[in-house]
Amino acid sequence: MDAVFSQFDLVLKAFLLTLELFLLAGVLSLAFGTLLAAARVGPVAVLRRAAGLYVTLVRSTPLLIIFIFVFFGLPQMDIQLPFLVKGVVSLTFYTSSFVCEAIRSGINAVSVGQAEASRAIGLTFGQSMRYVVLPQALRAVVPPLASVLIALAKNTSVAAGFGLLEATARMRYFTNDQADARTWIFLTFAIGYIVIVELISAGAGSLERRWKVAR
Amino acid sequence: MSTSVLFDVPGPKTRARHRIYTVVAWVALVAVIAAVLMRMSSTGQLAYAKWEPFVTPSYISALLVDGLLKTLQMAFSSVVAAVLFGVVFGIGKLSDHAWLRWPCWAVVEFFRAVPVLLMMIYIFFAFGAGEGGIGSYWSVVIALTLYNGAVLAEVFRAGIQAVPAGQGEAAYALGLRKSQVMMQILMPQGVKIMLPSIISQCIVALKDTSLGYVILAPGLTRVGKSIFLEFQNQVQTAIVLAAFYILVNLALTWIATWAQRKFVGEKAVLVTDGGDRSGTAGFQI
Repeated sequence: MDAVFSQFDLVLKAFLLTLELFLLAGVLSLAFGTLLAAARVGPVAVLRRAAGLYVTLVRSTPLLIIFIFVFFGLPQMDIQLPFLVKGVVSLTFYTSSFVCEAIRSGINAVSVGQAEASRAIGLTFGQSMRYVVLPQALRAVVPPLASVLIALAKNTSVAAGFGLLEATARMRYFTNDQADARTWIFLTFAIGYIVIVELISAGAGSLERRWKVAR
Repeated sequence: MSTSVLFDVPGPKTRARHRIYTVVAWVALVAVIAAVLMRMSSTGQLAYAKWEPFVTPSYISALLVDGLLKTLQMAFSSVVAAVLFGVVFGIGKLSDHAWLRWPCWAVVEFFRAVPVLLMMIYIFFAFGAGEGGIGSYWSVVIALTLYNGAVLAEVFRAGIQAVPAGQGEAAYALGLRKSQVMMQILMPQGVKIMLPSIISQCIVALKDTSLGYVILAPGLTRVGKSIFLEFQNQVQTAIVLAAFYILVNLALTWIATWAQRKFVGEKAVLVTDGGDRSGTAGFQI
């Protein structure tokens, strides 16, 4: 027990890096994933196929392979990036394919009749998007996006294998140094992740309740 | 795209505009691919020497036997164990007794919220490493069992609750006991609904076996590591390993979709908090 609490600042520092990875990759994946989703539901067949191919391939590839590619492969191609950037790039590359599918499912959850009705009362494309389709899609998209973000928070742990000293890497050092306190160390770090996960799902839950619509 | 909520059936003017977008999109995509290929060729990534291991029989057999086979074995054993874990804790969460329900809930929540890798490293250093330890293979299997089992427990709970309530009520009315209702009426119908989710959970387990890399467990990523350390062909190794995973996962997705059509019908894939709710054959992270 002592082992962890005497160096609790290191635990906090590690979780700070975890949060940093999560927030940076989260914001970037939301942006890039939205672009992909736009391509996937858009009218241009080429972009639809290209985005579809990206999503299929990336979702079937383990995140660890993407980390290997970014951390060891890119330097071979003379692309040198700082560690944090490489971590964020790997996580974003992977997560945006899941964001894309979550958003697409949200758009598909809006029934066709809604859009038809808005056109029937004479709304333009922009108006029917702004007032009818997108608000409903946004609400439907909260639960699946929350799952994606929770997975992202847990996936930041993969960076531990690649020289980023975030929470999982820090736990590894601690358990190496203090073998007898292993279980306590593990539980401390596990609780840290549980707090992050619960915060995300509580946030999503309150948004979901506030935005609830009858369907 | 007449079925999309977003767009009307395009008229002649819009179709002309879309043709321009199509051309622009093609140019942009080709430019990106060309830029990547040029970068690869200027840094010598397309050289035959870098790809040679992947056409050399001894390396291919290492990839297939020590890599793919071990990976599939780990994924398979952890999914089988996870199904057992899921049944026990899924039914436990549905128990009428609070003293049984709450511990089951706590166990499931804990293992769903903790990253698999954190668990894997802890299990390996606490029980796996050194003499008399269970070794890295079983550390991977146990970590994956706990995580996927917790997700499957939710799938089982949701699957059993998805069976129409009248089924259970009718069985009680016939005089069946609680355990008989569960085993003879609810479970068989629930399993049918769960099957696609269980298959797609195999994809998650398979992808997560790659994490064994961190604790030097056998499997594709370890074979890959020894190849790229020898030949310094990280780019090529990553591409080849990804191809292995993608092929197996596409096959599993196909089986899940088939099971969905055969056993569940057109209804959406059963969803739980742990995974994906898009209804696309329950692909999870």
